[in-house]
Amino acid sequence: MRIRMRTVTALTGALALSLVSGCAQGGGAGSSANTVTYWLWDANQLPAYEACAKDFAQQNPGLKVKITQLGWDDYWTKLTASFIAGTEPDVFTDHIQKFGQFADLKVLEPLDDLGIDDANYQPGLGANWMGQDGHRYGAPKDWDTVALFYNRKMAKDAGLTAEQLNNLSWNPKDGGTFEKAIAHLTVDNKGRRGDEPGFDKNNVKVYGLATNGGGDGDGQTQWSTFTASAGWTYTDQKRWGTKYQYDSKTFQSVIKWYFGMANKGYMVPFTDYNSQSNQANTQVAAGKAASAFDGAWMISSYAGFKGMDMDTAVTPAGPTGKRATMMNGLADSITKNADNKAGAKKWVEYLASNECQKTVGSYGIVFPATPDGTKAAVAAYKKKGLDVSAFTEPVADKKDFTTFSYPITNYAADVYALMHPAMQDIFGNGKSVTGLDQTNSQINLILDQ
Amino acid sequence: MTIASSSPPSRLPLGSAEGGLTKSRTDRRGAGESRGDGRLAAVFIAPALLGFVVFLLWPTLRGIYLSFTRFNLLTPAEWVGFDNYVRMVHDPIFWNSLKVTVVYVIINIGVQTVAALAVAVLLQRLTQSAVLRGVVLTPYLMSNVVAGIVWLWILDTQLGIGNEIIAGLGFDRIPFLADETWAIPTIALINVWRHIGYTALLLFAGLQAIPNDMYEAAKVDGASEWRMFWRITMPLLRPVLAVVLIMTVIGSFQVFDTVAVTTRGGPADATNVLQYYIYGAAFGRFQFGYASAMSVALLVVLSAITFVQYRLTRAGQTDLG
Repeated sequence: MRIRMRTVTALTGALALSLVSGCAQGGGAGSSANTVTYWLWDANQLPAYEACAKDFAQQNPGLKVKITQLGWDDYWTKLTASFIAGTEPDVFTDHIQKFGQFADLKVLEPLDDLGIDDANYQPGLGANWMGQDGHRYGAPKDWDTVALFYNRKMAKDAGLTAEQLNNLSWNPKDGGTFEKAIAHLTVDNKGRRGDEPGFDKNNVKVYGLATNGGGDGDGQTQWSTFTASAGWTYTDQKRWGTKYQYDSKTFQSVIKWYFGMANKGYMVPFTDYNSQSNQANTQVAAGKAASAFDGAWMISSYAGFKGMDMDTAVTPAGPTGKRATMMNGLADSITKNADNKAGAKKWVEYLASNECQKTVGSYGIVFPATPDGTKAAVAAYKKKGLDVSAFTEPVADKKDFTTFSYPITNYAADVYALMHPAMQDIFGNGKSVTGLDQTNSQINLILDQ
Repeated sequence: MTIASSSPPSRLPLGSAEGGLTKSRTDRRGAGESRGDGRLAAVFIAPALLGFVVFLLWPTLRGIYLSFTRFNLLTPAEWVGFDNYVRMVHDPIFWNSLKVTVVYVIINIGVQTVAALAVAVLLQRLTQSAVLRGVVLTPYLMSNVVAGIVWLWILDTQLGIGNEIIAGLGFDRIPFLADETWAIPTIALINVWRHIGYTALLLFAGLQAIPNDMYEAAKVDGASEWRMFWRITMPLLRPVLAVVLIMTVIGSFQVFDTVAVTTRGGPADATNVLQYYIYGAAFGRFQFGYASAMSVALLVVLSAITFVQYRLTRAGQTDLG
């Protein structure tokens, strides 16, 4: 009896162990000396990178790349879990918003020996991936900017030409020609426009501007174009700042004006927004909004709206006289515990090369980081009948435009955790913008530690 | 028992508590008599015990230890004493999360228990149909995440079919999941919808244990359905109801998935329930020490509530003779 019991226990234990280790092996399956595992989140980009992987395998006999694509939310959850379980991919697509945290956690491999030269890429893209320790942790991959997508028919009905929409300006006092245009694009249930007498802001049929929510701490497709063209910056330094500036009077006055457009009935209210079911592009596709600020990664989505003729315009000029847009760049990073580090370095070197970036560009789905890659993308978009100059002009024309990056600091996740509810409170619950003073000091307290 | 006035004393469950005790005493004596069964019992218990130790006891003890550390999972834990608990006491978001969770539990359990009881009694008194019992259980067959997503789409302010109907009837659209006053009740009711069938079935099983002759006797005495419910059903269902309540309250305090798929804690922190806040602290911000401290707090709150509930409802005793 005793022996049998021990056997039972041992068997149960062995079974449990094999299950656990079986799970642990699952994520990194395929990792070996001749395979490089690579993760990305954008399904649209998968074919382009598969093409790169094919070329890479041809140039490096005996080495192949295994690509895994996961949706944005699952991607980060799974990546986090993989770091903990030790099943991380060799190489993954990295986002600047997460870079600070990964640097804190020390899970990235320095890429200094890859010989990446910032001068080979669009301005600013390379420098963002240098850690505070002076090492490089990302190889520039692509970039995106934000522009105004608008419904051509709705604009025409409102008597607004493409030229007019490309020459708007705004200010936090009366909103300038930008707010006038948005108001005019707005139509209530009885057909009255936002700037016409008797306009009923509680029964709006089509809003002038769609919303992507409160915008958390970055406001990429929400308020950042306005705060930047008013001269405000996220932190005290360009990179790795130690003080956030959400307590700035300039920032708060812009935020008050921006969300105020929803109170006037011109912008989709917070209550109509949902991060999963009803984002800005859905509002436009459903005909509930005439225009939306959105990123270059959404070009194909907006172009694909059935029965809808979409166009794009540059962001409006602000009090500084310049038009502003965030210019965000993704990068490829190697994990510190990569199974195949040598292969991973070769693959990242290839991903960062002009050759692969031209290949990716030729698919017309994203702007690669090298100037030649960007050119290839513009040509490919043109072939599809899409004019993408509203996205490329801000990068090319430094006289009229200013571009800025995501805030890069430590404790990025804590900043998000505090700013996400704070901005929703202002947009959704009508809380005063001065409350951001307290949020800002909480954030800076965390950064000080 | 109060029922004494309307039915013959012989059928009353008088002194049943005593009977229950006698019975359990006999059981214990029976088990002690044959020692050889002990080993066999150990073999049968072993897998469950292993699971309990590996998946419950060990993680709980480790969680308590981690609550006294600063830990990001990737570097070794650093002992910080009561720092995490001090921070918790001074964290307004923690208190908000606790408040939001309690409001959720009150609405969720309140509505669910009354509605499930009504469904269970109707099932018992009105129909014998197994099909109907199956139908009542259908929402429970759906995963929480799917239920959350389905309701998210139905209730979407701008595009949801639910709001289309509301607007079609001439009312203002209701931002069910995007307004701070509506969001928690909406999530609570979504979960009532999903769990009502399961809860009703548990209560229904309890009702089956009540001898039918009690109802017949009461009927002979001319008692109405309403009176029989309060004088027979409720008192005799009490132990089952108590266990169901304890289980559902614990489950309700641990609400997470519905929030994660519908509101993600928003608008602002209106639906940032405790489990969601803990999850964010751990897996969003890598503050596993602080997240563990809050989990320990939740464990303490739940243990206290369960203990009080158990005592108040005398869940361990039956009135059935």
